[in-house]
Amino acid sequence: MLAFLLRRVGQAILVMLTVGLIAFSLFRFVGDPVVYMGGQDATEAQRELWRRELGLDRPFFVQYWSFVKNAAHGEFGLSLRQVQPVSRLIADRLPATLELSFVAALLAVLAGIPMGIYTALRPRSWLSHALLAGSLAGVSLPTFLIGILLILVFSVTLGWLPSFGRGDVVQLGGWSTGFLTASGLKSLILPAITLGLFQMTLIQRLVRSEMLEVLRTDYIRFARARGLTDRAVHFRHALKNTLVPVITITGLQLGAIIAFAIITETVFQWPGMGLLFIQSVNFADVPVMAAYLCLVAAFFVLINLVVDLLYYAVDPRLRIETQ
Amino acid sequence: MVAATLTLLCIAGALFAPWIAPQNPFDPASLNLNEAFHRPGSPGYPLGSDDQGRDLFSTILYGARISLGVGLASVLFALLLGVSLGLVSGYAGGRIDAFIMRVADVQLSFPAILIALLVDGVARVSLPGVVQGSIAIPVLILSIGVSGWVQYARTVRGLTLVEREKEYVQAARVIGRRPLAIMVAHVLPNVLGPVLVIATIHIATAIITEATLSFLGVGVPPTEPSLGTLIRVGNDFLFSGEWWIALFPGCALVILVLSINLLGDWLRDALNPKLR
Repeated sequence: MLAFLLRRVGQAILVMLTVGLIAFSLFRFVGDPVVYMGGQDATEAQRELWRRELGLDRPFFVQYWSFVKNAAHGEFGLSLRQVQPVSRLIADRLPATLELSFVAALLAVLAGIPMGIYTALRPRSWLSHALLAGSLAGVSLPTFLIGILLILVFSVTLGWLPSFGRGDVVQLGGWSTGFLTASGLKSLILPAITLGLFQMTLIQRLVRSEMLEVLRTDYIRFARARGLTDRAVHFRHALKNTLVPVITITGLQLGAIIAFAIITETVFQWPGMGLLFIQSVNFADVPVMAAYLCLVAAFFVLINLVVDLLYYAVDPRLRIETQ
Repeated sequence: MVAATLTLLCIAGALFAPWIAPQNPFDPASLNLNEAFHRPGSPGYPLGSDDQGRDLFSTILYGARISLGVGLASVLFALLLGVSLGLVSGYAGGRIDAFIMRVADVQLSFPAILIALLVDGVARVSLPGVVQGSIAIPVLILSIGVSGWVQYARTVRGLTLVEREKEYVQAARVIGRRPLAIMVAHVLPNVLGPVLVIATIHIATAIITEATLSFLGVGVPPTEPSLGTLIRVGNDFLFSGEWWIALFPGCALVILVLSINLLGDWLRDALNPKLR
Protein backbone atom coordinates (compact mmCIF):
# COMPACT_ATOMS: atom_id res chain seq x y z
CA MET A 1 0.00 0.00 0.00
CA LEU A 2 2.73 2.42 1.03
CA ALA A 3 4.86 1.61 -2.04
CA PHE A 4 1.85 2.12 -4.30
CA LEU A 5 1.09 5.43 -2.63
CA LEU A 6 4.70 6.64 -2.86
CA ARG A 7 5.02 5.68 -6.52
CA ARG A 8 1.80 7.53 -7.35
CA VAL A 9 2.85 10.66 -5.46
CA GLY A 10 6.29 10.54 -7.11
CA GLN A 11 4.69 10.39 -10.55
CA ALA A 12 2.39 13.28 -9.68
CA ILE A 13 5.33 15.44 -8.62
CA LEU A 14 7.20 14.58 -11.81
CA VAL A 15 4.22 15.60 -13.94
CA MET A 16 3.88 18.88 -12.05
CA LEU A 17 7.60 19.65 -12.52
CA THR A 18 7.30 19.00 -16.26
CA VAL A 19 4.27 21.24 -16.58
CA GLY A 20 6.14 23.86 -14.56
CA LEU A 21 9.06 23.60 -16.99
CA ILE A 22 6.72 24.23 -19.94
CA ALA A 23 5.11 27.15 -18.13
CA PHE A 24 8.51 28.58 -17.20
CA SER A 25 9.91 28.31 -20.72
CA LEU A 26 6.94 30.43 -21.90
CA PHE A 27 8.59 33.39 -20.16
CA ARG A 28 11.83 32.87 -22.07
CA PHE A 29 10.11 33.22 -25.43
CA VAL A 30 8.58 36.65 -24.94
CA GLY A 31 11.26 39.29 -25.03
CA ASP A 32 13.79 40.47 -22.47
CA PRO A 33 12.19 42.02 -19.36
CA VAL A 34 15.26 44.22 -18.76
CA VAL A 35 14.73 45.99 -22.09
CA TYR A 36 11.11 46.77 -21.11
CA MET A 37 12.14 48.03 -17.64
CA GLY A 38 14.66 50.61 -18.73
CA GLY A 39 13.17 51.74 -22.00
CA GLN A 40 15.53 52.97 -24.70
CA ASP A 41 17.54 55.33 -22.50
CA ALA A 42 19.09 52.72 -20.23
CA THR A 43 22.77 52.08 -20.72
CA GLU A 44 24.21 48.65 -21.20
CA ALA A 45 25.84 48.85 -17.75
CA GLN A 46 22.50 49.59 -16.08
CA ARG A 47 20.85 46.68 -17.86
CA GLU A 48 23.68 44.45 -16.77
CA LEU A 49 23.15 45.59 -13.16
CA TRP A 50 19.41 44.89 -13.29
CA ARG A 51 20.03 41.54 -14.86
CA ARG A 52 22.29 40.61 -11.95
CA GLU A 53 19.87 42.02 -9.35
CA LEU A 54 16.94 40.08 -10.81
CA GLY A 55 19.02 36.94 -11.07
CA LEU A 56 18.52 36.70 -14.82
CA ASP A 57 22.23 35.98 -15.38
CA ARG A 58 22.03 32.78 -13.39
CA PRO A 59 21.88 29.37 -15.12
CA PHE A 60 18.56 28.21 -16.56
CA PHE A 61 17.93 25.56 -13.94
CA VAL A 62 18.67 27.87 -11.02
CA GLN A 63 16.08 30.28 -12.41
CA TYR A 64 13.66 27.41 -13.00
CA TRP A 65 14.06 26.27 -9.42
CA SER A 66 13.22 29.71 -8.04
CA PHE A 67 10.18 29.76 -10.38
CA VAL A 68 9.04 26.43 -8.94
CA LYS A 69 9.51 27.70 -5.40
CA ASN A 70 7.47 30.83 -6.13
CA ALA A 71 4.81 28.85 -7.97
CA ALA A 72 4.46 26.49 -5.01
CA HIS A 73 3.63 29.58 -2.94
CA GLY A 74 1.07 30.66 -5.53
CA GLU A 75 3.27 33.50 -6.74
CA PHE A 76 3.31 34.05 -10.52
CA GLY A 77 4.15 37.74 -10.78
CA LEU A 78 2.06 40.51 -12.35
CA SER A 79 -0.41 40.15 -15.20
CA LEU A 80 0.87 42.04 -18.24
CA ARG A 81 -2.61 43.12 -19.32
CA GLN A 82 -4.18 44.13 -16.01
CA VAL A 83 -1.30 45.22 -13.81
CA GLN A 84 -2.33 43.09 -10.84
CA PRO A 85 -0.83 40.05 -9.13
CA VAL A 86 -1.82 36.94 -11.06
CA SER A 87 -2.64 35.14 -7.83
CA ARG A 88 -5.30 37.76 -7.02
CA LEU A 89 -6.80 37.64 -10.55
CA ILE A 90 -7.10 33.86 -10.36
CA ALA A 91 -8.43 33.90 -6.81
CA ASP A 92 -11.14 36.34 -7.97
CA ARG A 93 -12.15 34.06 -10.83
CA LEU A 94 -11.82 30.69 -9.11
CA PRO A 95 -15.19 30.68 -7.27
CA ALA A 96 -17.12 31.30 -10.50
CA THR A 97 -15.52 28.33 -12.27
CA LEU A 98 -15.76 26.01 -9.29
CA GLU A 99 -19.43 26.80 -8.65
CA LEU A 100 -20.28 26.27 -12.30
CA SER A 101 -18.32 23.01 -12.47
CA PHE A 102 -19.85 21.76 -9.23
CA VAL A 103 -23.43 22.37 -10.37
CA ALA A 104 -22.71 20.84 -13.79
CA ALA A 105 -21.21 17.71 -12.21
CA LEU A 106 -24.13 17.43 -9.79
CA LEU A 107 -26.58 17.76 -12.67
CA ALA A 108 -24.74 15.14 -14.70
CA VAL A 109 -24.77 12.64 -11.83
CA LEU A 110 -28.32 13.30 -10.58
CA ALA A 111 -29.81 13.08 -14.08
CA GLY A 112 -27.41 10.60 -15.66
CA ILE A 113 -27.63 7.77 -13.14
CA PRO A 114 -31.46 7.49 -13.03
CA MET A 115 -31.61 7.77 -16.83
CA GLY A 116 -29.03 5.00 -17.16
CA ILE A 117 -30.89 2.75 -14.73
CA TYR A 118 -34.20 3.35 -16.49
CA THR A 119 -32.82 2.61 -19.96
CA ALA A 120 -31.22 -0.59 -18.65
CA LEU A 121 -34.33 -1.87 -16.84
CA ARG A 122 -36.87 -0.94 -19.50
CA PRO A 123 -34.93 -1.29 -22.76
CA ARG A 124 -38.04 -1.51 -24.92
CA SER A 125 -40.03 1.47 -23.67
CA TRP A 126 -40.32 4.47 -25.97
CA LEU A 127 -38.78 6.70 -23.29
CA SER A 128 -35.60 4.61 -23.33
CA HIS A 129 -35.36 4.95 -27.09
CA ALA A 130 -35.83 8.70 -26.79
CA LEU A 131 -33.19 8.95 -24.06
CA LEU A 132 -30.69 6.92 -26.06
CA ALA A 133 -31.26 8.99 -29.18
CA GLY A 134 -30.86 12.10 -27.08
CA SER A 135 -27.60 10.84 -25.63
CA LEU A 136 -26.28 10.25 -29.16
CA ALA A 137 -26.95 13.91 -29.91
CA GLY A 138 -25.32 14.91 -26.62
CA VAL A 139 -22.14 13.07 -27.56
CA SER A 140 -21.88 14.33 -31.12
CA LEU A 141 -22.89 17.99 -30.68
CA PRO A 142 -19.97 20.26 -29.84
CA THR A 143 -20.35 21.97 -26.45
CA PHE A 144 -20.35 25.49 -27.79
CA LEU A 145 -23.13 24.69 -30.24
CA ILE A 146 -25.33 23.37 -27.43
CA GLY A 147 -24.72 26.62 -25.57
CA ILE A 148 -25.66 28.71 -28.58
CA LEU A 149 -28.82 26.68 -29.18
CA LEU A 150 -29.85 27.05 -25.52
CA ILE A 151 -29.27 30.81 -25.67
CA LEU A 152 -31.26 31.03 -28.89
CA VAL A 153 -34.23 29.18 -27.43
CA PHE A 154 -34.34 30.26 -23.78
CA SER A 155 -32.85 33.76 -23.90
CA VAL A 156 -33.52 35.19 -27.33
CA THR A 157 -36.81 33.55 -28.29
CA LEU A 158 -38.49 32.88 -24.95
CA GLY A 159 -36.63 35.45 -22.86
CA TRP A 160 -36.83 33.28 -19.72
CA LEU A 161 -33.21 33.09 -18.66
CA PRO A 162 -30.21 35.44 -18.84
CA SER A 163 -27.59 34.52 -21.43
CA PHE A 164 -24.41 36.00 -19.99
CA GLY A 165 -22.62 36.81 -16.72
CA ARG A 166 -23.23 35.53 -13.21
CA GLY A 167 -26.03 37.82 -12.10
CA ASP A 168 -25.71 39.30 -8.60
CA VAL A 169 -23.11 37.73 -6.37
CA VAL A 170 -22.72 37.80 -2.60
CA GLN A 171 -19.29 38.03 -0.96
CA LEU A 172 -18.68 35.44 1.74
CA GLY A 173 -15.22 36.10 3.06
CA GLY A 174 -12.97 35.89 -0.01
CA TRP A 175 -15.49 33.78 -1.90
CA SER A 176 -18.05 35.36 -4.22
CA THR A 177 -21.08 33.13 -4.58
CA GLY A 178 -24.01 33.25 -6.98
CA PHE A 179 -25.98 30.64 -5.03
CA LEU A 180 -27.70 33.11 -2.72
CA THR A 181 -29.42 35.45 -5.14
CA ALA A 182 -32.29 34.75 -7.53
CA SER A 183 -30.49 36.29 -10.50
CA GLY A 184 -27.33 34.35 -9.65
CA LEU A 185 -29.22 31.07 -9.66
CA LYS A 186 -31.07 31.95 -12.85
CA SER A 187 -27.83 32.77 -14.67
CA LEU A 188 -26.40 29.46 -13.54
CA ILE A 189 -29.02 27.29 -15.26
CA LEU A 190 -28.04 27.52 -18.93
CA PRO A 191 -24.24 27.33 -18.47
CA ALA A 192 -24.58 24.40 -16.07
CA ILE A 193 -26.76 22.48 -18.53
CA THR A 194 -24.34 23.21 -21.36
CA LEU A 195 -21.36 22.07 -19.35
CA GLY A 196 -23.05 19.06 -17.77
CA LEU A 197 -24.84 17.64 -20.82
CA PHE A 198 -21.87 15.79 -22.28
CA GLN A 199 -20.92 14.25 -18.92
CA MET A 200 -24.58 13.38 -18.29
CA THR A 201 -24.84 11.40 -21.53
CA LEU A 202 -21.53 9.74 -20.74
CA ILE A 203 -22.73 8.68 -17.27
CA GLN A 204 -26.08 7.57 -18.66
CA ARG A 205 -24.48 5.30 -21.25
CA LEU A 206 -21.97 3.96 -18.74
CA VAL A 207 -24.60 3.15 -16.09
CA ARG A 208 -26.76 1.50 -18.73
CA SER A 209 -24.05 -0.79 -20.08
CA GLU A 210 -22.72 -1.66 -16.60
CA MET A 211 -26.23 -2.39 -15.34
CA LEU A 212 -26.99 -4.65 -18.31
CA GLU A 213 -23.72 -6.44 -17.65
CA VAL A 214 -24.42 -6.93 -13.94
CA LEU A 215 -28.01 -8.09 -14.50
CA ARG A 216 -26.65 -11.04 -16.48
CA THR A 217 -24.43 -12.32 -13.66
CA ASP A 218 -25.09 -15.42 -11.58
CA TYR A 219 -25.57 -13.73 -8.25
CA ILE A 220 -28.46 -11.69 -9.67
CA ARG A 221 -30.05 -14.85 -11.03
CA PHE A 222 -29.62 -16.39 -7.58
CA ALA A 223 -31.20 -13.38 -5.92
CA ARG A 224 -34.18 -13.77 -8.23
CA ALA A 225 -34.35 -17.49 -7.46
CA ARG A 226 -34.54 -16.64 -3.78
CA GLY A 227 -37.74 -14.84 -4.64
CA LEU A 228 -36.60 -11.31 -3.86
CA THR A 229 -38.68 -8.52 -5.27
CA ASP A 230 -37.56 -6.72 -8.42
CA ARG A 231 -36.91 -3.62 -6.40
CA ALA A 232 -34.54 -5.40 -4.01
CA VAL A 233 -32.71 -7.17 -6.86
CA HIS A 234 -32.29 -4.03 -8.93
CA PHE A 235 -31.42 -1.50 -6.29
CA ARG A 236 -29.93 -3.46 -3.36
CA HIS A 237 -27.87 -5.96 -5.36
CA ALA A 238 -27.33 -4.78 -8.93
CA LEU A 239 -26.93 -1.05 -8.46
CA LYS A 240 -24.18 -1.35 -5.88
CA ASN A 241 -21.81 -3.16 -8.23
CA THR A 242 -22.79 -0.91 -11.12
CA LEU A 243 -21.64 2.16 -9.28
CA VAL A 244 -17.95 1.24 -8.78
CA PRO A 245 -16.79 2.12 -12.31
CA VAL A 246 -19.26 5.01 -12.40
CA ILE A 247 -17.55 6.61 -9.39
CA THR A 248 -14.16 6.31 -11.07
CA ILE A 249 -15.25 7.77 -14.38
CA THR A 250 -17.19 10.56 -12.69
CA GLY A 251 -14.15 11.43 -10.62
CA LEU A 252 -11.93 11.55 -13.67
CA GLN A 253 -14.53 13.60 -15.53
CA LEU A 254 -14.39 16.32 -12.85
CA GLY A 255 -11.11 17.46 -14.36
CA ALA A 256 -12.63 17.39 -17.83
CA ILE A 257 -15.50 19.56 -16.59
CA ILE A 258 -13.07 22.19 -15.31
CA ALA A 259 -11.24 22.09 -18.66
CA PHE A 260 -14.41 22.25 -20.75
CA ALA A 261 -15.53 25.18 -18.63
CA ILE A 262 -13.25 27.26 -20.89
CA ILE A 263 -15.71 26.78 -23.75
CA THR A 264 -18.88 27.24 -21.71
CA GLU A 265 -17.48 30.34 -20.02
CA THR A 266 -16.68 31.86 -23.41
CA VAL A 267 -20.17 31.20 -24.77
CA PHE A 268 -21.89 32.64 -21.71
CA GLN A 269 -19.27 35.29 -20.84
CA TRP A 270 -19.08 33.64 -17.42
CA PRO A 271 -16.40 35.48 -15.41
CA GLY A 272 -14.34 32.41 -14.50
CA MET A 273 -10.78 31.19 -14.97
CA GLY A 274 -11.42 29.73 -18.42
CA LEU A 275 -12.52 33.08 -19.82
CA LEU A 276 -9.48 34.68 -18.16
CA PHE A 277 -7.26 32.11 -19.87
CA ILE A 278 -8.73 32.66 -23.33
CA GLN A 279 -8.36 36.41 -22.92
CA SER A 280 -4.76 36.02 -21.80
CA VAL A 281 -4.00 33.78 -24.81
CA ASN A 282 -5.32 36.49 -27.11
CA PHE A 283 -3.23 39.16 -25.38
CA ALA A 284 -0.11 36.99 -24.91
CA ASP A 285 -0.39 37.58 -21.15
CA VAL A 286 2.25 35.01 -20.20
CA PRO A 287 2.12 35.11 -16.36
CA VAL A 288 -1.63 34.41 -16.38
CA MET A 289 -1.21 31.61 -18.91
CA ALA A 290 1.60 30.03 -16.89
CA ALA A 291 -0.45 30.21 -13.69
CA TYR A 292 -3.54 28.72 -15.34
CA LEU A 293 -1.45 25.95 -16.86
CA CYS A 294 0.02 25.00 -13.49
CA LEU A 295 -3.30 25.28 -11.66
CA VAL A 296 -5.23 23.08 -14.11
CA ALA A 297 -2.41 20.54 -14.17
CA ALA A 298 -2.50 20.49 -10.36
CA PHE A 299 -6.26 19.86 -10.43
CA PHE A 300 -5.83 16.99 -12.85
CA VAL A 301 -2.94 15.38 -11.01
CA LEU A 302 -4.79 15.67 -7.72
CA ILE A 303 -8.00 14.19 -9.11
CA ASN A 304 -6.17 11.31 -10.76
CA LEU A 305 -4.33 10.61 -7.54
CA VAL A 306 -7.49 10.62 -5.44
CA VAL A 307 -9.34 8.40 -7.94
CA ASP A 308 -6.46 5.92 -7.97
CA LEU A 309 -6.49 5.74 -4.19
CA LEU A 310 -10.29 5.49 -4.07
CA TYR A 311 -10.17 2.64 -6.53
CA TYR A 312 -7.68 0.94 -4.30
CA ALA A 313 -9.96 1.42 -1.33
CA VAL A 314 -13.18 0.37 -3.09
CA ASP A 315 -11.98 -2.64 -5.08
CA PRO A 316 -10.63 -5.38 -2.76
CA ARG A 317 -9.18 -7.35 -5.70
CA LEU A 318 -6.42 -4.76 -6.15
CA ARG A 319 -5.32 -5.17 -2.55
CA ILE A 320 -5.03 -8.94 -2.73
CA GLU A 321 -2.84 -8.83 -5.83
CA THR A 322 -0.23 -6.63 -4.23
CA GLN A 323 0.05 -8.60 -1.02
CA MET B 1 -25.03 3.49 -47.00
CA VAL B 2 -26.84 6.63 -45.95
CA ALA B 3 -23.77 7.71 -43.99
CA ALA B 4 -21.45 7.09 -46.91
CA THR B 5 -23.68 9.06 -49.29
CA LEU B 6 -24.01 11.92 -46.84
CA THR B 7 -20.26 12.03 -46.22
CA LEU B 8 -19.54 11.96 -49.93
CA LEU B 9 -22.07 14.74 -50.44
CA CYS B 10 -20.40 16.85 -47.72
CA ILE B 11 -16.92 16.19 -49.10
CA ALA B 12 -18.05 16.92 -52.65
CA GLY B 13 -19.69 20.14 -51.51
CA ALA B 14 -16.51 21.19 -49.76
CA LEU B 15 -14.21 20.07 -52.54
CA PHE B 16 -16.09 21.66 -55.40
CA ALA B 17 -17.07 24.76 -53.44
CA PRO B 18 -15.66 27.15 -56.08
CA TRP B 19 -17.97 25.64 -58.73
CA ILE B 20 -21.09 25.12 -56.63
CA ALA B 21 -21.10 28.29 -54.56
CA PRO B 22 -22.96 31.23 -56.08
CA GLN B 23 -20.14 33.60 -55.11
CA ASN B 24 -16.58 33.53 -53.78
CA PRO B 25 -16.69 34.79 -50.17
CA PHE B 26 -12.92 35.47 -50.11
CA ASP B 27 -13.18 37.85 -53.05
CA PRO B 28 -13.42 41.38 -51.61
CA ALA B 29 -15.79 42.20 -54.48
CA SER B 30 -18.44 39.99 -52.92
CA LEU B 31 -18.49 42.15 -49.78
CA ASN B 32 -21.45 44.45 -50.09
CA LEU B 33 -22.84 45.99 -46.95
CA ASN B 34 -26.10 46.87 -48.73
CA GLU B 35 -26.81 43.17 -49.03
CA ALA B 36 -26.06 42.36 -45.37
CA PHE B 37 -28.55 40.48 -43.14
CA HIS B 38 -30.79 39.09 -45.87
CA ARG B 39 -33.19 36.61 -44.33
CA PRO B 40 -32.95 32.96 -45.43
CA GLY B 41 -34.93 32.38 -48.60
CA SER B 42 -34.32 35.82 -50.04
CA PRO B 43 -33.78 35.77 -53.81
CA GLY B 44 -30.14 34.94 -54.54
CA TYR B 45 -29.45 34.12 -50.87
CA PRO B 46 -30.89 30.66 -50.14
CA LEU B 47 -29.61 30.64 -46.54
CA GLY B 48 -29.52 34.41 -46.08
CA SER B 49 -26.45 36.64 -45.96
CA ASP B 50 -24.03 37.56 -43.17
CA ASP B 51 -22.98 40.89 -41.69
CA GLN B 52 -20.64 41.61 -44.62
CA GLY B 53 -23.29 40.89 -47.24
CA ARG B 54 -21.79 37.57 -48.25
CA ASP B 55 -24.04 34.70 -49.28
CA LEU B 56 -24.17 32.34 -46.29
CA PHE B 57 -24.50 29.21 -48.43
CA SER B 58 -21.22 30.06 -50.19
CA THR B 59 -19.37 30.84 -46.96
CA ILE B 60 -20.56 27.54 -45.47
CA LEU B 61 -19.28 25.60 -48.48
CA TYR B 62 -15.91 27.33 -48.31
CA GLY B 63 -15.87 27.01 -44.50
CA ALA B 64 -16.55 23.27 -44.68
CA ARG B 65 -13.63 23.06 -47.10
CA ILE B 66 -11.29 24.63 -44.54
CA SER B 67 -12.72 22.63 -41.64
CA LEU B 68 -12.32 19.39 -43.56
CA GLY B 69 -8.83 20.34 -44.74
CA VAL B 70 -7.61 21.21 -41.26
CA GLY B 71 -9.27 18.08 -39.85
CA LEU B 72 -7.67 15.78 -42.42
CA ALA B 73 -4.25 17.38 -42.14
CA SER B 74 -4.19 17.19 -38.34
CA VAL B 75 -5.34 13.56 -38.38
CA LEU B 76 -2.57 12.78 -40.86
CA PHE B 77 -0.05 14.49 -38.60
CA ALA B 78 -1.30 12.67 -35.50
CA LEU B 79 -1.29 9.40 -37.43
CA LEU B 80 2.31 9.81 -38.61
CA LEU B 81 3.52 10.81 -35.16
CA GLY B 82 1.52 8.16 -33.31
CA VAL B 83 2.23 5.28 -35.66
CA SER B 84 5.97 5.90 -35.76
CA LEU B 85 6.21 6.30 -31.98
CA GLY B 86 4.04 3.20 -31.50
CA LEU B 87 6.18 1.14 -33.88
CA VAL B 88 9.40 2.20 -32.20
CA SER B 89 7.90 1.66 -28.76
CA GLY B 90 6.59 -1.80 -29.54
CA TYR B 91 9.59 -2.99 -31.54
CA ALA B 92 12.38 -1.58 -29.39
CA GLY B 93 10.81 -2.23 -25.99
CA GLY B 94 12.80 -1.55 -22.82
CA ARG B 95 13.56 2.00 -21.71
CA ILE B 96 12.36 3.69 -24.90
CA ASP B 97 9.05 1.88 -24.68
CA ALA B 98 8.62 2.74 -21.01
CA PHE B 99 9.38 6.41 -21.66
CA ILE B 100 7.02 6.80 -24.62
CA MET B 101 4.20 5.00 -22.85
CA ARG B 102 4.66 7.08 -19.70
CA VAL B 103 4.37 10.28 -21.74
CA ALA B 104 1.28 8.82 -23.40
CA ASP B 105 -0.27 8.00 -20.02
CA VAL B 106 0.30 11.53 -18.77
CA GLN B 107 -1.12 13.09 -21.91
CA LEU B 108 -4.13 10.78 -21.80
CA SER B 109 -5.09 12.06 -18.37
CA PHE B 110 -5.75 15.51 -19.87
CA PRO B 111 -8.59 16.08 -22.38
CA ALA B 112 -7.36 16.40 -25.97
CA ILE B 113 -9.00 19.78 -26.45
CA LEU B 114 -7.11 21.21 -23.49
CA ILE B 115 -3.80 19.97 -24.93
CA ALA B 116 -4.63 21.46 -28.34
CA LEU B 117 -5.61 24.75 -26.71
CA LEU B 118 -2.39 24.89 -24.69
CA VAL B 119 -0.10 23.98 -27.60
CA ASP B 120 -1.88 26.54 -29.76
CA GLY B 121 -1.67 29.18 -27.03
CA VAL B 122 2.00 28.51 -26.35
CA ALA B 123 2.81 28.67 -30.08
CA ARG B 124 0.96 31.95 -30.40
CA VAL B 125 2.81 33.55 -27.52
CA SER B 126 6.22 32.35 -28.57
CA LEU B 127 6.01 33.33 -32.24
CA PRO B 128 6.54 36.93 -33.34
CA GLY B 129 3.34 38.76 -34.25
CA VAL B 130 4.25 39.36 -37.88
CA VAL B 131 4.13 35.75 -38.98
CA GLN B 132 1.17 34.80 -36.82
CA GLY B 133 -1.58 35.43 -39.36
CA SER B 134 0.08 33.52 -42.15
CA ILE B 135 0.92 30.43 -40.13
CA ALA B 136 -2.21 30.27 -37.97
CA ILE B 137 -3.52 27.24 -39.85
CA PRO B 138 -0.28 25.18 -39.73
CA VAL B 139 0.00 25.94 -36.01
CA LEU B 140 -3.59 24.79 -35.55
CA ILE B 141 -2.94 21.56 -37.47
CA LEU B 142 0.15 20.94 -35.38
CA SER B 143 -1.62 21.50 -32.08
CA ILE B 144 -4.63 19.31 -32.93
CA GLY B 145 -2.24 16.66 -34.24
CA VAL B 146 -0.12 16.67 -31.10
CA SER B 147 -3.25 16.33 -28.98
CA GLY B 148 -4.31 13.14 -30.77
CA TRP B 149 -1.30 10.91 -31.29
CA VAL B 150 -1.68 8.79 -28.13
CA GLN B 151 -4.46 6.55 -29.41
CA TYR B 152 -2.48 5.59 -32.52
CA ALA B 153 0.69 4.98 -30.55
CA ARG B 154 -1.04 2.71 -28.04
CA THR B 155 -2.87 0.68 -30.67
CA VAL B 156 0.19 0.29 -32.90
CA ARG B 157 2.40 -0.62 -29.95
CA GLY B 158 0.05 -3.37 -28.84
CA LEU B 159 -0.20 -4.82 -32.34
CA THR B 160 3.57 -4.53 -32.88
CA LEU B 161 4.24 -6.48 -29.70
CA VAL B 162 2.21 -9.34 -31.18
CA GLU B 163 3.69 -9.11 -34.68
CA ARG B 164 7.26 -8.91 -33.39
CA GLU B 165 7.12 -12.48 -32.14
CA LYS B 166 5.77 -13.91 -35.38
CA GLU B 167 7.95 -16.00 -37.63
CA TYR B 168 8.07 -13.68 -40.61
CA VAL B 169 9.65 -10.96 -38.47
CA GLN B 170 12.18 -13.36 -37.05
CA ALA B 171 12.94 -14.56 -40.58
CA ALA B 172 13.54 -10.99 -41.65
CA ARG B 173 15.83 -10.50 -38.72
CA VAL B 174 17.77 -13.67 -39.55
CA ILE B 175 18.43 -12.57 -43.12
CA GLY B 176 19.94 -9.43 -41.67
CA ARG B 177 17.43 -6.67 -42.40
CA ARG B 178 17.90 -3.55 -40.32
CA PRO B 179 15.30 -2.80 -37.58
CA LEU B 180 13.99 0.25 -39.42
CA ALA B 181 13.40 -1.77 -42.58
CA ILE B 182 11.63 -4.49 -40.64
CA MET B 183 9.40 -1.97 -38.90
CA VAL B 184 8.40 -0.11 -42.05
CA ALA B 185 8.31 -2.88 -44.63
CA HIS B 186 7.11 -5.84 -42.58
CA VAL B 187 5.36 -4.82 -39.38
CA LEU B 188 3.67 -1.61 -40.56
CA PRO B 189 1.42 -3.14 -43.27
CA ASN B 190 0.09 -5.63 -40.75
CA VAL B 191 -0.94 -3.08 -38.15
CA LEU B 192 -2.59 -0.53 -40.44
CA GLY B 193 -6.16 -1.88 -40.41
CA PRO B 194 -7.19 -0.70 -36.92
CA VAL B 195 -5.25 2.51 -37.49
CA LEU B 196 -7.52 3.40 -40.42
CA VAL B 197 -10.63 2.88 -38.29
CA ILE B 198 -9.25 5.12 -35.52
CA ALA B 199 -8.34 7.70 -38.13
CA THR B 200 -11.87 7.89 -39.58
CA ILE B 201 -13.42 8.52 -36.19
CA HIS B 202 -10.58 10.86 -35.28
CA ILE B 203 -11.39 13.07 -38.29
CA ALA B 204 -14.76 13.87 -36.71
CA THR B 205 -13.10 14.68 -33.38
CA ALA B 206 -10.46 16.79 -35.08
CA ILE B 207 -13.12 18.79 -36.95
CA ILE B 208 -14.95 19.43 -33.66
CA THR B 209 -11.68 20.47 -31.99
CA GLU B 210 -10.88 22.82 -34.86
CA ALA B 211 -14.37 24.32 -34.72
CA THR B 212 -14.13 24.77 -30.96
CA LEU B 213 -10.73 26.47 -31.11
CA SER B 214 -11.90 28.73 -33.93
CA PHE B 215 -15.03 29.52 -31.96
CA LEU B 216 -12.86 30.50 -28.99
CA GLY B 217 -10.97 32.83 -31.32
CA VAL B 218 -7.65 30.99 -31.21
CA GLY B 219 -8.07 28.93 -34.38
CA VAL B 220 -8.57 29.88 -37.99
CA PRO B 221 -8.47 33.67 -38.55
CA PRO B 222 -11.67 35.41 -39.78
CA THR B 223 -10.07 36.23 -43.13
CA GLU B 224 -10.46 32.60 -44.19
CA PRO B 225 -13.37 31.47 -42.02
CA SER B 226 -13.89 27.82 -41.15
CA LEU B 227 -17.26 26.63 -39.82
CA GLY B 228 -16.17 27.39 -36.24
CA THR B 229 -15.15 30.93 -37.16
CA LEU B 230 -18.50 31.45 -38.91
CA ILE B 231 -20.37 30.33 -35.79
CA ARG B 232 -18.24 32.70 -33.71
CA VAL B 233 -19.15 35.60 -35.98
CA GLY B 234 -22.81 34.58 -36.00
CA ASN B 235 -22.85 34.37 -32.21
CA ASP B 236 -22.43 38.16 -32.05
CA PHE B 237 -25.67 38.67 -33.99
CA LEU B 238 -27.77 36.19 -32.04
CA PHE B 239 -29.41 38.87 -29.93
CA SER B 240 -30.29 41.22 -32.72
CA GLY B 241 -32.43 38.52 -34.33
CA GLU B 242 -30.06 37.34 -37.08
CA TRP B 243 -30.11 33.74 -35.88
CA TRP B 244 -29.29 32.17 -39.24
CA ILE B 245 -25.67 33.38 -39.33
CA ALA B 246 -24.79 31.10 -36.40
CA LEU B 247 -27.38 28.37 -36.86
CA PHE B 248 -26.75 27.23 -40.44
CA PRO B 249 -22.96 26.82 -40.10
CA GLY B 250 -23.73 24.96 -36.87
CA CYS B 251 -26.10 22.60 -38.70
CA ALA B 252 -23.49 22.07 -41.40
CA LEU B 253 -20.92 21.20 -38.74
CA VAL B 254 -23.24 18.71 -37.03
CA ILE B 255 -24.16 17.01 -40.32
CA LEU B 256 -20.51 16.77 -41.33
CA VAL B 257 -19.40 15.32 -37.98
CA LEU B 258 -22.36 12.96 -37.65
CA SER B 259 -21.94 11.51 -41.14
CA ILE B 260 -18.21 10.95 -40.64
CA ASN B 261 -18.94 9.25 -37.31
CA LEU B 262 -21.51 6.95 -38.91
CA LEU B 263 -19.08 6.16 -41.70
CA GLY B 264 -16.43 5.31 -39.10
CA ASP B 265 -18.82 2.98 -37.27
CA TRP B 266 -19.69 1.27 -40.51
CA LEU B 267 -16.01 0.91 -41.43
CA ARG B 268 -15.24 -0.58 -38.02
CA ASP B 269 -17.96 -3.19 -38.41
CA ALA B 270 -16.96 -3.93 -42.00
CA LEU B 271 -13.30 -4.46 -41.09
CA ASN B 272 -14.10 -6.60 -38.05
CA PRO B 273 -14.15 -10.23 -39.20
CA LYS B 274 -15.95 -11.34 -36.02
CA LEU B 275 -19.10 -9.50 -37.03
CA ARG B 276 -19.29 -10.92 -40.54
